Amino acid sequence: MTEIFGISPQALLSQLLIGLVNGSFYAMLSLGLAVIFGLLNIINFAHGALYMMGAFGAWMGFTYLGLSYWLCLLLVPLAVGAFGIVIERTMLQWLYKLDHLYGLLLTFGLALIIEGLYRQAYGVSGQPYSTPELLRGATDIGFMMLPNYRAWVVVASVAVCALTWYVIERTKLGAYLRAATENPKLVQAFGVNVPFMVTLTYGFGVALAGFAGVLASPIIQINPLMGSNLIIIVFAVVVIGGMGSIMGAIVTGLALGVVEGLTRVFYPELSSTVVFIIMAIVLLVRPAGLFGREK
Amino acid sequence: MSAINKVFVALLVLGLAAPLFKNIVYPVFLMNVLCFALFASAFNLLLGFTGLLSFGHAAFFGFAAYVTGHACKEWGLTPELGILAGTAVAAVLGFVIGSLAIRRAGIYLAMITLAMAQLVFFVCLQAKFTGGEDGIQGIPRGRFLGLVDLTDNVSLYYFVFGVFVLGFAVIYRAIHSPFGQILKSIRENEPRAISLGYDAEKFKLVAFVLSAALSGMAGSTKSLVNQLASLADVHWHTSGEVVLMTLLGGMGTVFGPIVGALTVKGLEHYLAEQGSWVTIVTGAIFVVCVLAFRRGIVGELAAVFRKSTAK
Repeated sequence: MTEIFGISPQALLSQLLIGLVNGSFYAMLSLGLAVIFGLLNIINFAHGALYMMGAFGAWMGFTYLGLSYWLCLLLVPLAVGAFGIVIERTMLQWLYKLDHLYGLLLTFGLALIIEGLYRQAYGVSGQPYSTPELLRGATDIGFMMLPNYRAWVVVASVAVCALTWYVIERTKLGAYLRAATENPKLVQAFGVNVPFMVTLTYGFGVALAGFAGVLASPIIQINPLMGSNLIIIVFAVVVIGGMGSIMGAIVTGLALGVVEGLTRVFYPELSSTVVFIIMAIVLLVRPAGLFGREK
Repeated sequence: MSAINKVFVALLVLGLAAPLFKNIVYPVFLMNVLCFALFASAFNLLLGFTGLLSFGHAAFFGFAAYVTGHACKEWGLTPELGILAGTAVAAVLGFVIGSLAIRRAGIYLAMITLAMAQLVFFVCLQAKFTGGEDGIQGIPRGRFLGLVDLTDNVSLYYFVFGVFVLGFAVIYRAIHSPFGQILKSIRENEPRAISLGYDAEKFKLVAFVLSAALSGMAGSTKSLVNQLASLADVHWHTSGEVVLMTLLGGMGTVFGPIVGALTVKGLEHYLAEQGSWVTIVTGAIFVVCVLAFRRGIVGELAAVFRKSTAK
């Protein structure tokens, strides 16, 4: 077998795939953050906790109710979204007129509460969740063995991201949404129910986090801390990409996952910090982020 | 004597007399409160008086603790020199992170500082001198100026109290100087401050470095008190904790962070046996503060006081 820089192509490709899988999660989460930020001007710190709720939702659905993976993939995001709507109606809606920082602080508090409650109930050791039968095993695609489930994660998340992009950029509903992002008062004056749209948007962004959680459940240890560790990386991804565009969030997420995977091959010591280093460099060169607009 | 001076004298007397009641309050607990009160006051300089929300102050607090721990344990430095070393390193770190973070404002600044602090966390996890998961244990308390033995809790208490008063005096002086006025003007209206000819970026950076250095001083002192520097001090939970102390006590008030630190640490002390309930209660206080109580304890009290004197 030939080697590239002393590394076998097998190892390189498998790390690349893991990177792509991680990138899929970054993309889905930063997309949710970007959509929420666009309309609500709130950075949702609870996003990681809601992602964790998604993963736990799948596990609970199976353990307590015997629901299949596929049913959970549909129901859990709806449940997490509904939970988000309750949060928006009862708490977030009072903050829109205040400094944006209060939204960050409130959702940080929510993240602590959710994380603490799950930790109280389930401890910090991981819960296992088995891969659905349909996606077990691996497929030989000539140059490598492709684990089916990981391939499915990438396909599913790219499809969901693409769908979100299409709805926001190419449909009438998306046009309302973009208009309300620019000027909510004017859109409301045209008879569009903006507060309702804001609520639904938060619910949708949060449901996306729940969906990512269910997708992640078979390939990670489901534990209450999984969300907060991820959310900080996703914040860095958001800073790197800039909050300006939907496409930017998706592309940056996937790309950084791949970069992280490659770092794990060539310089493992840096793999946990490379995203933050890239963020620092981007801030020096292009403070608004790769896809962001300077205000 | 003005009201604020009365509070000062009362606090000073209370602080000096505290070791007399060591049967009621545990001195090590008090020393920890003092360290966190200094930490929160330093943080308040940035959030309350300059309007910058940093979500990564644990990096300065925790890293300085490691530096002091290493300097005192491996190099045998005296405690005051150890703290000085920690403070200096925190200032440099503050300069590096600060100059990156102030390139963006508002929410972005919070996310950038959080991410940079996470970078520091991973460095501490992997570096040799920090002891990884174990941290630096058994840091000697040493002799102050080589003369006064600090292994005794009461003498260490007065040492810590001295550090706190020094740090607090620096912050108080900074807030009530022309420099502090410019910081407040930047908080209220940055474009106008710039139009008046002030280099807002430079002032923000100086405030950031000052805040980071004093946070480092607090962290260094804490490492001597507990004889331990660990990953918990650099973890983002600590960053969140200092935000909570400032918010709960009252941001932009002089005494708020002290009240906040005392309340939060007291709460943790009594809830320590209850597992995750500390986290849950902390989160709940955050939510309540943001929704109903944005001026904080001292802010609300001051408002009541002002109303009653106005009548």
